[in-house]
Amino acid sequence: MAYLELNNIYKTYGQGDTEAEVLSNINLSIEEGEFVAIVGFTGSGKTTLVNLINGLIEPTKGEVLFKGEPVSGTSHERGVIFQNYSLLPWLTVGQNVYMAVKEAFPKKSKKELQEIVADYVEMVSLTPAINKRPKELSGGMRQRVAVARALAMKPEMIIMDEPLGALDALTRGNLQDEILNIWGKEKRTALLITNDVDEGIYMADRIIPLRPGPNATLGPEFKIDIERPRDKTELNDNANFKKTRNAIIEYLMDIGEERKSDSIEEIILPDLSPKDFVNQFKYKIL
Amino acid sequence: MKQSLTLGKVTKFIGLGFLSTIKDLFTGNIDKEDFKTLLRKTIVPLASILLFIGLWHMGAKALYNKEADFKIEKALTDQGQAAADAMEACIASGDVSCKPNTLPSPSQVWDSYKSLLRDHNIIAADKAAFKEKTAALNEKRVADGLDEITYTGRPSFVDQIFRSLKTVFAGFLLALLIAVPLGIFIGLSPTLKSAFNWFIQIFKPVSPVVWYLLVFMIVKTLLIDSNEDSSFTISFISVGLCSMWATLVNTAMGVSSVDKDYINVAKVLKLGSFQKIFKVVLPSSLPLIFTGLKITLSVAWMVLIAIELLAQSPGLGLFVWEEFQNGANDSNAKIIVAMFVIGIIGFLLDRLMLTIQNWVSFDKTDAI
Repeated sequence: MAYLELNNIYKTYGQGDTEAEVLSNINLSIEEGEFVAIVGFTGSGKTTLVNLINGLIEPTKGEVLFKGEPVSGTSHERGVIFQNYSLLPWLTVGQNVYMAVKEAFPKKSKKELQEIVADYVEMVSLTPAINKRPKELSGGMRQRVAVARALAMKPEMIIMDEPLGALDALTRGNLQDEILNIWGKEKRTALLITNDVDEGIYMADRIIPLRPGPNATLGPEFKIDIERPRDKTELNDNANFKKTRNAIIEYLMDIGEERKSDSIEEIILPDLSPKDFVNQFKYKIL
Repeated sequence: MKQSLTLGKVTKFIGLGFLSTIKDLFTGNIDKEDFKTLLRKTIVPLASILLFIGLWHMGAKALYNKEADFKIEKALTDQGQAAADAMEACIASGDVSCKPNTLPSPSQVWDSYKSLLRDHNIIAADKAAFKEKTAALNEKRVADGLDEITYTGRPSFVDQIFRSLKTVFAGFLLALLIAVPLGIFIGLSPTLKSAFNWFIQIFKPVSPVVWYLLVFMIVKTLLIDSNEDSSFTISFISVGLCSMWATLVNTAMGVSSVDKDYINVAKVLKLGSFQKIFKVVLPSSLPLIFTGLKITLSVAWMVLIAIELLAQSPGLGLFVWEEFQNGANDSNAKIIVAMFVIGIIGFLLDRLMLTIQNWVSFDKTDAI
C-alpha cells in the first residue's frame, strides 16, 4: 500500500449552473521516502490539489488516503510550505517557528522547544535574523523561515506548493539545495508542486504533469533516473536529463496547444437589428 | 540591532514631522528639497492661520459695526436725537452697558483666554490655601472616622478641562470594553452577526441627546437609593454608548476579514480556537480595530459637550452652556476660547491614538 494515495479525486466549486470542475479523476500514489514533483501551468489547479492533500479542503468525490487512513482535516504529520510564505507579520522569525513547534510538541518544556527553534533556524542559516520580523527580510529569507517552520514540526511528509516560485534564479538554486539537503538527511516523503520543469527534474524522483484545468487531471509520469546527489552544472550535459526534460516540455507544450485549439470555437452572433427610435418617440410624444 | 532615537524619528512617529524640519533650519542642516518641504509644511499652515485670524477680525468688526449702527438707529427712532448721540458716545467709550453683543474679535478672545488663566491661578491659590488651612482639621476628622472637608468652590476653566477629559476617557474605556469583545464575537460568528445586525443598524445613528435621555431614564432608577451625584455616571455612560459604534463595526469587520493565508496557517498548525483568536485573528485585525478606536475617541470628544450640557455634569460643555446663559460682556469670547480648547484637545487626542496605533500594529502594506 502506498504512503499517500489519491483515488479518483474530483473537486468542483460552486453549484448548479455555476458549478466548475477544477480537478477531475486524479489518481496518484506516493511511496514512503519518495520525492515527487507535480508540474503544471499556472491556474491548472495545483493549489487546489495541494489543499486536498494537506486537508484544508475536501474532495467532492473520491478519497485521499494517508498511510491507509482517509484524510480529514489538517495534521501535523503533513507539513506545508505555502506559495506565499504565509508568515505572520507581527511575529519575529523565532516566534513564527516557535508557534508551530509549540503546537506540534505540546508536552515539551519551553527550553526544549526553544532549542528546536534555534536548531531549525540555524539549519536555514537565519540565526542572525531570528529576532527580525518578516518585513525586514528578503523574499528568499522569508521562504527559508517558512521552510524552517514546516520542518521544525518534524512532519512525516512535506508538501510544497510552488515554494520557490517568487524567488530569483540564484536564491532559488540555493534553496533547492537546502531543501534537498534536509530531505536527504531526514529521509521524509516529499511532494513538490512547481511550474518549473528544470526544478522538478533536479529535485524529484518522479515528475507528473498536471493537465491544465478546468477538469485538470494528471498526465503520464516521468521517472528521473539521475543519481543523487545531482550537480546542476553537470546536469546540463547529462543525456538522460536532456531527454527527460524535452519529453516533459513536449508533453506540456502539446497540451498547451490542445488547450488553445479547444478554446477557439465559433461564436454565433444573435440576429439583431437596430431599434427604430424616431418612430418610437414620435408615438410617445403624440 | 538597537536603533538610536533621534528627534526626527520621534516627531515623525507621533505625526509631527515638521518639527524636525524646523530644527534643521536652525542647525543649518538643510538643502533645497528640505526647504521646499519646510515651506509647505510650516510656512503655508502659518500663513493660512494668519489669514484666518485676519478674516475673523474683519468679520467681527463688520458684525460689531452692524450691531452698533442698529442700536443707534433704534435709539434715534424710539427716543430721538439726544438718546442716539448718547448711545453713540457710550458705544465709542466701550462701556459695558451698551456694548454690542456679537461675534468677539480675536483680540477679545485672547484677552478672555488670559483672564480665564488668571481666574484659574486665583482659584488654584485659593484651593491650596484651603487645603493648608484644613489639613490639621482633616487629619483629626479622619482619625475620628468622619469624612474629610473638601473644597467646594467654583471650578476653574482648567479644572473643567480635566473633568471633561475624565468623562471622555471613562466613556472611551466603557466603549472599548463593550465594543471590542462584542465586535470580536460578532466577527467570528455569522449567527451572532445576524443576531446583532439590526441592533447595530438601528442604534448607530441615534443622536447623543437621545442616548443621554435613555441612559438618564435607566441610571436614575438604578441609583435611586444613592445620594451621590449621578451626573458624571450618566454623562460618561452616554458618551461611551454614543461613541462605541465605530469600534464595534470596525472590530467585527477586521475579525471577519482576516487574510485567508493566516487562517490557513492557523489550520495547518492546528491552533486551538483560543490560540487562533489571540495569535492570529486579533493581531491581524488590530489596524482596523485601532481605526475604529480613533473614530470612537473623536466622536466621544465631540458628543461630550452636548451630553455634559444636558447632564449638568461639570466640564467644558457645562462651561459653554453657563457662559451662554450668563450673558456677561466677555461670555461670547469665553465660548470661543472653549471652542478652540476643545478643538485643540481633540486634535491632540487624535495624535495620541495615532501614536499608540503606530506602536502596536504592524504595517499592513508589508504583510506576508
